[in-house]
Amino acid sequence: MQSLKGIPASEGIAIGPAFVYHPVAISVERHVVADTEAELARFHAAVERSKEQLVQVQREAQATVGSNTAAIFEAHRMFLEDPTLLDAIEERIRGGQNAEVALADGINLFAAMLAALDDSYLRERAADVHDVGQRVLRVLAGVEEKALSSIHTPAIVVAQDLTPSDTAQMNKELVLGFCTASGGTTSHTAILARMIGLPAIVGAGDQVLQIQQGETIILDGTSGEAILAPDDATLSIYREHRVAWVAAREAAKGAAQLPAVTRDGHRFEIVANIGDAESAKSALEFGAEGVGLLRTEFLFLDRAAMPSEEEQYRAYLEVAKVMGKRPVIVRTLDIGGDKPVPYLNLGQEANPFLGWRAIRISLAQPELFKTQLRAILRAGAGYNLKIMLPMIATLSEIKQARRLLDEARQELSERRIEFAESIELGIMVEIPSAAITSDLLAPEVDFFSIGTNDLTQYTLACDRTNTRVAGLYDHLHPCILRLIRTVIENGHRFGKWVGVCGEMAGDLDAIPVLVGLGLDEFSMSAATIPATKSLIRQLDLGAMRELAEQVLNVATAEQVRSLVRAAATNPRA
Amino acid sequence: MQELNITIRNKVGLHARPAALFVKAAKGFKSKILVSKDNRVADAKSILNVLTLGAGQGANVTLRAEGEDEADAIGALKDLIESNFGEPE
Repeated sequence: MQSLKGIPASEGIAIGPAFVYHPVAISVERHVVADTEAELARFHAAVERSKEQLVQVQREAQATVGSNTAAIFEAHRMFLEDPTLLDAIEERIRGGQNAEVALADGINLFAAMLAALDDSYLRERAADVHDVGQRVLRVLAGVEEKALSSIHTPAIVVAQDLTPSDTAQMNKELVLGFCTASGGTTSHTAILARMIGLPAIVGAGDQVLQIQQGETIILDGTSGEAILAPDDATLSIYREHRVAWVAAREAAKGAAQLPAVTRDGHRFEIVANIGDAESAKSALEFGAEGVGLLRTEFLFLDRAAMPSEEEQYRAYLEVAKVMGKRPVIVRTLDIGGDKPVPYLNLGQEANPFLGWRAIRISLAQPELFKTQLRAILRAGAGYNLKIMLPMIATLSEIKQARRLLDEARQELSERRIEFAESIELGIMVEIPSAAITSDLLAPEVDFFSIGTNDLTQYTLACDRTNTRVAGLYDHLHPCILRLIRTVIENGHRFGKWVGVCGEMAGDLDAIPVLVGLGLDEFSMSAATIPATKSLIRQLDLGAMRELAEQVLNVATAEQVRSLVRAAATNPRA
Repeated sequence: MQELNITIRNKVGLHARPAALFVKAAKGFKSKILVSKDNRVADAKSILNVLTLGAGQGANVTLRAEGEDEADAIGALKDLIESNFGEPE
């Protein structure tokens, strides 16, 4: 029995045979060829065989990982049809070089040209050119590809490291876990393992490559330990661990589908921030009870003209259908001069984050805004859609938006098209002015959703992406907590619910305070939902109210954090 | 010989999928087709050549075709570029 130690990258226990993945590196030897025509024929045959393999790999990838990754292999095939690359190689073969050397030289020449360009996309293509070159070299050498696609029984994948094109062809149903020699917690293997919920150890050193094909190993992704040739006693202990882990994983998945109710019986609504129908589906799996923020920017970026009402309608309807009767809050266009949107004529601004953006653009371009409103109103027929306005600073902006919403309704009824007759209209509270005057705004809206990321940046006047000032940014700073309290109190005074849709909603240090302040809805990235629900179930609302009172009266974010952590170790305190 | 000056307007320029579509279209013609930007010239039927041209959004390129179907070739490539490679309007 032998034990190897690596970096724990994804929790859980796996026991099973190792599938050791050695991508074969082919060494190229130079020799002089007398019959250049025969060598050319050998080269062409290898290229044809490689193209056939790529068609096959592309088909497998299409089935297992989808068309985006599969498209990589189509690009590989185009490289093998490229006349300038083929000419360069053929010329070398005619000059008496063997096919392997000619190929390696040609590949290196073009890969170097791509790698030298000042463009990250093209630099990545250099890796693709090398990849395709290795494939042809393998065919020339008659070496069979030991691809991850050849896993046909459950196994633990052992490798130096794994790239997206390695895992693209892997049948994830049959993989029990990952163990790699190199890589860290943010390597592709680690991220993939966490995403699909499999145990993984990375950076365990080159010894892992000594593991024999088919040898039984134990992987403990929680401790980072891999056990080779385990004895029966160890095996039976780890079998019990695995059963417990699988049960816990299933329980967590199941528990995430249940509501978040505190010990003393108060329920909080937990919803997701999403960008499209695909992420809506995964949000449901993580236990989202609806959508607290549907970003609509994806419809407007990377294109030459504004999306039509029909296109927007179909996109919103697709999300609505996934969510069924659950609420979906659609945020209207939230774009500014920091993004290139050619058809909006945004221009260059000295201060795009204090400039012409979000609702300011929508109100200045009523046709653009009403097109979006009509699309949302139509998609809302029969579903529970709500409209949220970003970057509201003043009351008059809400009134103008309401007028345009009325016009949009009017236009739809004149067209005799079905739409949601009554739809809730709320605002993002992300500018300090809106938070401070939330008592004036509350009567005009149906809900508030506090955008804590921007509220924190604007209140503390710091750009969190600027490393020199990012230290100022902390959503647990008492100034932010006081603004949040103001918004919640003013909302509730007028019978309006209040949510948070920034990262703060999923921050385990912030959740107890937000519960204590009486927040109604927490909207966050889907993956943080199970942990949030599980935390709320351990809390007592009465105790959290006292905690909230305490933290509002300290001076720093650090003090807030230490009070929260002290309370968390004793949730009933 | 047929020649045309044209501006690339789509978001990513002659990269990725648009570059692949451009090369596929060029391959459909018998004529020799060159695409040049500044003082660099690429074979329009070579994906690697076209990629290394670095023709991003807003680049002015010149298309030159010579052969029996040169007019059709220039017309087809012009349409493709002007359609922004089918990216949604």
